[in-house]
Amino acid sequence: MAIDPRAVGTELEPVTMDVERGRLRSFAKAIGETNQIYFDVDIAREAGYPDIPAPPTFLCALMLERPDPFDWLADLGVELQRILHGEQKFTYHAMVYAGSRLTARSRIVDVYAKKGGALEFIVRETEVTNGDGTKVAELNDVVIVRNPEVRA
Amino acid sequence: MTTAHGVEVGTELPPLRIPPITRTTLALFAGASGDHNPIHIDIDVARSAGMEDVFAHGMLSMAYLGRLLTEWVPQERIRSYSVRFSAITPVHAEPTCSGRVTSIDSVHGERRATLDLTVELADGTTTLLGEAVIALD
Repeated sequence: MAIDPRAVGTELEPVTMDVERGRLRSFAKAIGETNQIYFDVDIAREAGYPDIPAPPTFLCALMLERPDPFDWLADLGVELQRILHGEQKFTYHAMVYAGSRLTARSRIVDVYAKKGGALEFIVRETEVTNGDGTKVAELNDVVIVRNPEVRA
Repeated sequence: MTTAHGVEVGTELPPLRIPPITRTTLALFAGASGDHNPIHIDIDVARSAGMEDVFAHGMLSMAYLGRLLTEWVPQERIRSYSVRFSAITPVHAEPTCSGRVTSIDSVHGERRATLDLTVELADGTTTLLGEAVIALD
């Protein structure tokens, strides 16, 4: 089930998220965060931040903020049980705080196979902007698709 | 507040040891991160995909490694942060995050340290290899 190389260049539907304090607290709790700037707005302000900051990897949540976050994989004919996260990169331009409205625009920039198609790789680039259009970060990720039925 | 004084090539960050990853943590992270892929929270789905059990989201380990960074410097000093996931993290695994400064450069008039980052499980498996660039002043 090879992925069509014509997928390269596909732009995914942009995603917008209002970053809420409660969501950031849930995320901070789930990752075992203990620094109170990630939970308590008063402590965040004492530390010089305008509100609770989003931890460095929270931006991935933005990309999943859609009714079916994996629809773009289904469109490529990829089953969810086959995927692994291969690589992830963040390049930061500005901090994100509760109260921000973020938009992510993603594009498929490469698709390739290894081991005779037993492993396929989908490379995405995403630009995240704030409500006022300021660029907040770029994300690069690689999704690995396992095709164990393909013998190298 | 942490300061970056005395940082030099070879400086090691204080390691961050994570307690065994529970199924509860995976459920909480699924909700909070928005990654509802059932392979991380539903053993039936994991088994149907040929796995013995559920396994942790890669991004959970990347978030732990991110805590290593934000416990070392204020978050706004992180310029970039990247990882390659090299092995699956099983439920109950105990990751340890570590980092080491490999170079210090001046970029756009800013002193920046490049760090090599690793997440290793108690059995010696390396699950993540990464790099971060941190502004020192």
